[in-house]
Amino acid sequence: MSTSLSQRPPIVTHASLPMVPTMARLIDRVQETSNTFTCRLEFVDPEAAARFRFYPGQFNMVYLFGVGEAAISISSDPDDLSSIQHTIRHVGSVTFAVSRLEVGDVLGIRGPFGSNWPLEACRGRDVLLVAGGIGIAPLRPAIYQILKHREQYGRLILLYGVRSPKDMIYREEVEAWSKRRDFQVMCTVDYPDPQWIGPVGVVTSLMRRVRLDSARTSVLVCGPRVMNREAAHSFLSHHVPEEHIFVSLERNMRCGIGQCGHCQYGPKFVCKDGPVFSYDSVRTMFSKEEV
Amino acid sequence: MRRDGMFAVAKDQLDPLICELAHDGYTVIGPTIRDGAITYDEITSAAMLPRGWTQETDGGHYRLKRRTDDACFGFVVGPHSLKRYLFPSRLKLFSVTRDGQGGFSPDVEPPPAPKYAFVGVRSCDLAAVAVQDMVFNSEMPDPYYRQVREQMFVVAVNCAEPGGTCFCSSMDTGPRCSAGYDLAITELSTSFAMEVGSERGQAMLERVRHEEADANARHLVDLMMSTAAKHNMGRSLDTADLPEILMSNLEHRQWDQAGNRCLACANCTLVCPTCFCNNIYDRTDLSGDHADRYRNWGSCFALEFTYHTGGYIRSSRRARYRQWLTHKLASWHGQFGTSGCVGCGRCITWCPVGIDITVEATAIADDVRESLKRHGSGTKTEEADV
Repeated sequence: MSTSLSQRPPIVTHASLPMVPTMARLIDRVQETSNTFTCRLEFVDPEAAARFRFYPGQFNMVYLFGVGEAAISISSDPDDLSSIQHTIRHVGSVTFAVSRLEVGDVLGIRGPFGSNWPLEACRGRDVLLVAGGIGIAPLRPAIYQILKHREQYGRLILLYGVRSPKDMIYREEVEAWSKRRDFQVMCTVDYPDPQWIGPVGVVTSLMRRVRLDSARTSVLVCGPRVMNREAAHSFLSHHVPEEHIFVSLERNMRCGIGQCGHCQYGPKFVCKDGPVFSYDSVRTMFSKEEV
Repeated sequence: MRRDGMFAVAKDQLDPLICELAHDGYTVIGPTIRDGAITYDEITSAAMLPRGWTQETDGGHYRLKRRTDDACFGFVVGPHSLKRYLFPSRLKLFSVTRDGQGGFSPDVEPPPAPKYAFVGVRSCDLAAVAVQDMVFNSEMPDPYYRQVREQMFVVAVNCAEPGGTCFCSSMDTGPRCSAGYDLAITELSTSFAMEVGSERGQAMLERVRHEEADANARHLVDLMMSTAAKHNMGRSLDTADLPEILMSNLEHRQWDQAGNRCLACANCTLVCPTCFCNNIYDRTDLSGDHADRYRNWGSCFALEFTYHTGGYIRSSRRARYRQWLTHKLASWHGQFGTSGCVGCGRCITWCPVGIDITVEATAIADDVRESLKRHGSGTKTEEADV
């Protein structure tokens, strides 16, 4: 199971004002694709930097002066706290404003928030990661952790689907992972270009190519809504236990602390009960439209 | 020392009580008449209360009416509740100023919170404050809410004459105030029966003329309250197994019925004393060097409420109505261990098309219960997670 509220890392914010962000400076920026970039951030206040820890799968609220806040998952290694990385696709006003920042500029951070990938519960089991598009960002900290303690896990498989080859993020890292003998990486695209020699189709179509030992497999899924649903149902039909299918969900969030109500999902608040849910905890709502 | 029991206070002592509260630095808030409705506003004397007024309420219907007597509190709740003071519809959370070096500094002084004394608060609204406490005054408290909450003084009023859309007795939140007040009034024909709920309430009582109430008065209050609860509620709702039924019947045809009538106007969420959803946004000045961060009331009936990269989660009004009703009566239990509905009936009264939460929930529940009876358990309900 993912960690309960009380076991989570402390939220770095002003103690008396939970909505006030802490300043962080942009120290590096990598363009991943035409609309996606990874930024490295460093807290301006060393005290905040010293306090900040996170678990794989958690997110921060990223604040841009005069623009607003957006919930963005943390995509760096939890053991490397020299900086925090966020991989961001510019789609809205906040993410667009972040994309215009230059090295040295300052933004605000509140976090970390939310539940985490249950790496403890995955120990001794095969781990299958399913990522769609930018959904690989919240999975990357989990990949770092599993690779670091590789002997504690069984097989490690990543199924990664993107729209076209040029939309692949963390390209060099994914290539390096795929060369490892202890990490099976399969990528697929919806729209191939002439150089693409891999599989074509949605990411769930890659499941046919994987031989699952269902009872001893844990699945971590993060992608668009339709993909999450397809993937979860496909694993269920392959008899992966419900409590070992984990899905990271995305919703409109304004506060991160269960007070704005936007991210409600039945009785759950995605910001604090999620974003990572085990399938059995959301089963009754998972296939319903517009919940 | 706090004294238990009941005290008889003459009606002309209400004015001194209000003065004493003001003297202690409280901004006294009480029911007044504005725009043809009972609304909360600042009061400086008992003369400002809507004495001799009552109201007629039904689905989508609210009219003030003259009473035959001159009761001080002979009406029930209007569209306002304590929500507008504890969780204002618009609140500046903090300000941010550019520091001239590429950074910015937030002003971390908490906003000043007024010291309110609320007069005439009904049991349903006290229950609603307890419900909102779980949102705004728990693990990550909202500093403004917490401060107003801690320093507020409450003179509650027990409802002897519930209104046409009231159903607090179904929700176990009234009509008699059980907690959360400093002083509680039951209005009798010639005097007030007053109960003390706190040390502060006791101290305040000592400052007005009062005497020990006799056994008759106590008996009368008990009788008035039990009659109000049993016979005078305008609406009722059977809440047994309701959360499970609603959450396992998200595709019930009744949702289409309500969804077709619902205008998605958000009135119900604005008048609801427990609805807490909100939007947070920045307002910058023309220089661009200064931004204020505001929190406004939001509503799950707004289309953009669920907007994110992938589009709108709840694009149909049916889904938005279902979200609101299931949140109130079902999923609130999973989130906070209590119902989100206190039975005040405001959402029924102020719905422009008169959609009635008790009718909608009952239609689904009765249909499911009936069908369970006919076909045995398990045929109509899937598993529920509330």
